[in-house]
Amino acid sequence: MSDLYPLTVTINDTEYQREVDPRLLLSDFLRHELGLTGTHVGCEHGVCGACTVLFDGLPVRSCLMFAVQADGHQVQTVEGLGTVDDLHPIQQAFWDAHGLQCGFCTPGILMTLVPFLEKNPHPDEDQIRHAISGNICRCTGYQFIVDAVKLAAESMNLETK
Amino acid sequence: MRKYIGERIKRNEDPRLLTGKALFVDDVDLPGMLHAAFLRSDYAHARLLSIDVSQALERPGVVAVYTAELMGDEWQPGPPNVSPPPTVENITFHSRTQVPLAKGKVRHVGEAIAMVIAESRYIAEDAVEDILVDFEPLVAVADLESALDPGAPLVHDDLESNLACHMVQCKGDYEAAKEIADVIIRRKIDIDRGAAAAMENRGIVANWDEKSQHMTIWDTTQAPIPIRNGVASRLGLNQTQVRVIAPFIGGGFGPKMMMHYPEEILIPWISKKLCKPVKWIEDRRENFLATTQERRQVHEAEMLLSNDGKILGLSHTFLHDSGAYDPYGLTIPLNTESHAAGAYDLPNYYSDLTVVFTNKMYTTPIRGAGRPQGIFLIERMMDIAAREMGIDPLELRYRNLIPPEAFPYDREIIDQAFALLTFDSGNYRPAVEKAAEMIGYEQFIKEEGPRLRAEGKTVGIGIIPFVETTGVGPYEGARINIEPSGKVNVATGVGTQGQGHFTSFAQIVAEQLGVDIRDINLVSGDSAEFHWGTGTFASRGAVVAGNAIHASASIVRDKVLKLASKLLEAPEEELELEDGFVRVADIPRLSISLGDLAAEANPLRGAVEPGTEPGLEATAYFGPKSGATAFGVHAMIIEVDPETLMIEIKRYVVVEDCGTVLNPLILDGQVHGGVAMGIGNAYYEQLIFDENAQLLNASLADYLIPTACEVPRIEVAHVETPSPLNPLGTKGAGEAGAIPVPALFAQAIENAFAESGLEILEMPLSPNRLYELLQEKESDT
Repeated sequence: MSDLYPLTVTINDTEYQREVDPRLLLSDFLRHELGLTGTHVGCEHGVCGACTVLFDGLPVRSCLMFAVQADGHQVQTVEGLGTVDDLHPIQQAFWDAHGLQCGFCTPGILMTLVPFLEKNPHPDEDQIRHAISGNICRCTGYQFIVDAVKLAAESMNLETK
Repeated sequence: MRKYIGERIKRNEDPRLLTGKALFVDDVDLPGMLHAAFLRSDYAHARLLSIDVSQALERPGVVAVYTAELMGDEWQPGPPNVSPPPTVENITFHSRTQVPLAKGKVRHVGEAIAMVIAESRYIAEDAVEDILVDFEPLVAVADLESALDPGAPLVHDDLESNLACHMVQCKGDYEAAKEIADVIIRRKIDIDRGAAAAMENRGIVANWDEKSQHMTIWDTTQAPIPIRNGVASRLGLNQTQVRVIAPFIGGGFGPKMMMHYPEEILIPWISKKLCKPVKWIEDRRENFLATTQERRQVHEAEMLLSNDGKILGLSHTFLHDSGAYDPYGLTIPLNTESHAAGAYDLPNYYSDLTVVFTNKMYTTPIRGAGRPQGIFLIERMMDIAAREMGIDPLELRYRNLIPPEAFPYDREIIDQAFALLTFDSGNYRPAVEKAAEMIGYEQFIKEEGPRLRAEGKTVGIGIIPFVETTGVGPYEGARINIEPSGKVNVATGVGTQGQGHFTSFAQIVAEQLGVDIRDINLVSGDSAEFHWGTGTFASRGAVVAGNAIHASASIVRDKVLKLASKLLEAPEEELELEDGFVRVADIPRLSISLGDLAAEANPLRGAVEPGTEPGLEATAYFGPKSGATAFGVHAMIIEVDPETLMIEIKRYVVVEDCGTVLNPLILDGQVHGGVAMGIGNAYYEQLIFDENAQLLNASLADYLIPTACEVPRIEVAHVETPSPLNPLGTKGAGEAGAIPVPALFAQAIENAFAESGLEILEMPLSPNRLYELLQEKESDT
């Protein structure tokens, strides 16, 4: 058994201090140490995008990082977006447009889209498709996801006006 | 007039899924839980000379290590998932079922050899590396077509050959038809393997509680009830001692219908042995190696036609690759047979099926389940016949579609339900015409296509009709009750993997009870809530479970009316159910809420009348005698990049007829997803094995699943020919989207390269493979 390393990380605006195995993946740390099981693991080789979280505001694959690399950083997971009673506009748009079926890839896609829509408040269809091209969805054929992103952009633009 | 059925209602289940609050199997976390990892074979075929687990056992944190030998008498193969059909004459079938851990020899790469149980998954995987296995590699049966050669190595040493099954099915008199045929087309058609690749890998958590003598299992299965029954039987428990929960499942697509995977027996078994909760979660590599696959078949096909373009007969002799075992029986090739004549009137049919064992992962249905192969076969033959006879391909199809007056139409062969296949209803031609109109078929052939080609563009069009047999039995059931709060509980045995059951099934209930969709709470896939049922497969949820829910809701409605009639002193026929109340139609103030009625139906004092039951509750079942056959048409226009041979789908049109539509929003989503998987099957996804039956692309980086950039916008239209076989008139649609896509790609690509004389007889293709085919054609000429 290897030595444990101290780790201080801020996740969804809450600071956590833990001692972890240096080889513990960030995805496993989130899911199994902290119980933040909204982040899903689909491939553990960085391709499917299901485990995407925001790392200092940028989307990363949490299965390709060690938890210790998050020491001193900010992480946001799907649990930090909205709640069942108070959905984030992107979540609401996914509900309204039927942008999910089994829902397994959804948290990763939502986290990919948060910074995308911040940078691109008026995306066209091609931009949206490229933005989510690193996230595999096996259920929806992507069409209603694309529609949901358009809807989210509209509602977020209205909100900021 | 229906108020809820047929409405585009957004889904009840989504807020939990969207906020990361929905329970998936890997989210289950129990105190003291142990973790399993498996040592899997690197060889496709090898004798196991010795296995040394001593170092693994010494590793701190390791609790137990098991091999087949160490399991002792508790090691047993099987059980089979589906037995072979009992009604076919002269059938040969050798049942060889999967084993919990390999004994004596390994039969496919990824077959489990040893199971390690440890305090963490990390430690368990370390310990897997500690195990030493002495293998004697054997020549692998990698090639389907040479597997039956004399002298071929044997997958199962106790059999004389690698033959798993042989059977023949016929309709009419094929040989007599051949005597009078004007045109005979012969081709060899070759379809390769793919993966379902659900985004969630498989997983199981089992928790044996010694004190209560009770087992709870969370399993990523499409069939929770049969899993419960099988585990109980295998562990010597009563069925009531085992509860199987299939919570939210991250996509199924068929392989999660396989039962029982080795792990589904081993994890409950070891939990009971250790009296501890145990979790196993498959990783993606294991999913590629040890989750079932599908599609590999080779067909020698022959089609007979008359000069006026009528099909007189079809025959095909084909090989089906079952992989190392055949637990799922003949479902896939039987589906191929029942779709090999597509949507066409076929008087004479001959099919000779040989199922073969190979040293590859075993095959079970994946979305489409043998149907895409059948449709690919008939539609390829139609296209080739059209070309050779100089008939427009669409016109040739019109001449052969089963006419509306011919329904119910007998195929006269048995299908996957082991019953003679009858197409219950349909009206095919208008749906084809609608798709042709939507895609602008005539206009593309006459004007747009020639104009674009003159501009130097490589464009093509395709249009493919198809059938889908759906909604097979044996049965499903549901229990519905109204609570004093007015909320309605629905419990059914089928699991859910994203199909929207929480909403579409609620719509069926709301139609009967007049309650808000959001007040209907559905529990699916928990054997403690409802313990009769088979599972979510074969596009049967909306048909079989849907009609069971309808039947159950109808009985509850009758109970509501009866009690309300008594309390409101009004005849039943004057009552209406709306907004959670029972009202006297013309006197709105005379009303009672369903909740109050439920309380009245469950009194604390007084007497429940003899012959009645307390509460507003009913359980009912639906078992269709035969399945309902859906129909659809896909059409697309493509542009091929002549440099890269990448295909851009310019337009994609679907016309779907699955009878009564419960929720068009959910149905459209199902169609989109099916088409996306079909696009993968046609042009991106292929499991590549080498001559040693090693899978070369066992990762999502190498096995290419279409992304948002490869899947186009899909225009979906519906026509409705309700099934006469069930009260709702539903037909299934879950698999429809995937079925015709390979045939459509072949047709559109041939159309794009019409001048080269390119003929496509295989699937999947890829840009590379298309390049090779075009090169071959060029060197031929």
